[in-house]
Amino acid sequence: MGIEFIYPEFEVVRNQNRCIGCRVCERQCANEVHTYDADGKVIISDDAKCVNCQRCVSLCPTRAIKIVKSDCRMRENANWADDTIKEIYKQANSGGVLLSSMGNPKPFPVYWDKILINASQVTNPPIDPLREPMETKVFLGKKPDSIERDENGKLINNLSPQLKLELPVMFSAMSYGSISYNAHKSLALAAQQLGIYYNTGEGGLHEDFYVYGENTIVQVASGRFGVHDDYLNAGAAVEIKMGQGAKPGIGGHLPGTKIVGDVSHTRMIPEGSDAISPAPHHDIYSIEDLRQLVYSLKEATQYKKPVIVKVAAVHNIAAIASGIARSGADIIAIDGFRGGTGAAPTRIRDNVGIPIELALAACDQRLREEGIRNQVSLVVGGSIRSASDVVKAIALGADACYVATAALLAMGCHLCRTCQTGKCNWGIATQNPELVKRLNPEIGSQRLVNLMTAWGHEIKELMGGMGINSIETLRGNRLMLRGINLTEKELEILGISHAGE
Amino acid sequence: MKRVYVNEEWCLGCHLCEYNCAFANSGLSDMVKALKDKEIYPRIHVEEDNKIKYAVSCRHCDDPLCVKSCIAGAITKDENGTVKIDTDKCVHCYTCILVCPVGAVSHNENGAAMKCELCLENSCGSPACASGCPNKAIVYEERE
Repeated sequence: MGIEFIYPEFEVVRNQNRCIGCRVCERQCANEVHTYDADGKVIISDDAKCVNCQRCVSLCPTRAIKIVKSDCRMRENANWADDTIKEIYKQANSGGVLLSSMGNPKPFPVYWDKILINASQVTNPPIDPLREPMETKVFLGKKPDSIERDENGKLINNLSPQLKLELPVMFSAMSYGSISYNAHKSLALAAQQLGIYYNTGEGGLHEDFYVYGENTIVQVASGRFGVHDDYLNAGAAVEIKMGQGAKPGIGGHLPGTKIVGDVSHTRMIPEGSDAISPAPHHDIYSIEDLRQLVYSLKEATQYKKPVIVKVAAVHNIAAIASGIARSGADIIAIDGFRGGTGAAPTRIRDNVGIPIELALAACDQRLREEGIRNQVSLVVGGSIRSASDVVKAIALGADACYVATAALLAMGCHLCRTCQTGKCNWGIATQNPELVKRLNPEIGSQRLVNLMTAWGHEIKELMGGMGINSIETLRGNRLMLRGINLTEKELEILGISHAGE
Repeated sequence: MKRVYVNEEWCLGCHLCEYNCAFANSGLSDMVKALKDKEIYPRIHVEEDNKIKYAVSCRHCDDPLCVKSCIAGAITKDENGTVKIDTDKCVHCYTCILVCPVGAVSHNENGAAMKCELCLENSCGSPACASGCPNKAIVYEERE
């Protein structure tokens, strides 16, 4: 089929003056980039196999290795970028759909970085979180329309089931199968310690993890993998996944090679069979259909658990959110177009969906205008990267944030974006036992706890600066935000003023 | 006493412990200078086959066979329980290597018997294998 050669994307640069030949790089690379040459007593590297996951770089005891982007480029062309040309070559060679992993890496605007946060000066005092109490606790779920009292004037408890979060952050859905047993265990342990929740994704719940049920959100997606009565009742809430930010409008496909052992058992499908989640739920073609599933799940869980409906941020998201709020769902989770994935068609990941900042502002606004904002909590995800992103999201109207990419990074992910190969050198996106053991959940969970604890401190600092001592007071408080370098239209959608106004 | 323990479940077989050990006991401050182009003589060894991997080092036994068997009186157990070898006294008979039930004794580049002394007297101050293990497969702790 003609000439297939594409010059490697990365080059492994080994400083032979520093290399002591310990062969850690060779032993730790699942892509088999490094090999020891016994004759020359040197380690040689095959650049073509390198995915730039930085495992060898991180473990080399003498800092003898670095990975650089190759400077062997096509002739410069502002229209035909190097990657664009190479993608054409790949497709001309394979005839297939291009696959990618993790979130959209294209240079679309990041609205979080165009929003600035307020602080108190002179006329209203800031609060020092080290000296005064600060409240970051959040309750997710439907809030009553009115206060009801009995004939004696006592309050009637008409509150729907709620999720209680010590911090307005949760770990979003990543299935057992797409990530490893040890990655799931790290998330579960951390969620328990932090008083927040992690999410099973569409892979069922491994029997070892039922003990973390109080901190687990169980997901029901279009493939219904691993869904049964005990599963639904094991978690603190049930999430219906309608869509995912990285790949709105399409389903999922976990290759049969990953459906081994416990993954097969947990998903309740035969070993080696592909786990294909359809694009639609075949029983949902309207809000009324969605309402049936919401209430089926509530019925199955004795109306004791809130039901979340997760959708990807797409063009008519405000109207969709309004429909979901009327379906009986307790919580709406919206996933922006920069959200991660274990594998998605490149064209879809990079071109479908809208930024979460705009989707959030539009949904919060619409739900308020319709007088139904209290009927649902809003959870947003899709590349929440820091405590300031969380604070901005809350001020734009979110009740809490979903984070996954940041959690993966805390566990060791280096965003090489080759999850789809199943050869994750960090023991996260793999089912190979030799690689899975590289993530010790004791370390993984501690790093997750550290990250979220740090974010908690930063959220309090930012709130204190604004003179706010409770996250509830920040919610939807868009006066605390100003835009910079944004157009009138963008400011209008975000519902914020420009800096200086 | 605090000892070096190995959690086999988490050992990756990366062999970093061996290099960290050799470096810690080299007396030098730069790993490249200490180890480049040299045969290393670590006091911890990763035992491995296709199924299992784990690092082996001195257990600092309560009743050490090496101490009993040393014909030169070079091996002693100090008041803290650490078993030590005086390389000046060692006569290179290697009886200790033969009797050690876990295979933790080896010899250094000069032929004298050598084994883990917990990095207590080198510049590390605590075992370099444990502090450098990337997956907490090697830990230095008190156990019952």
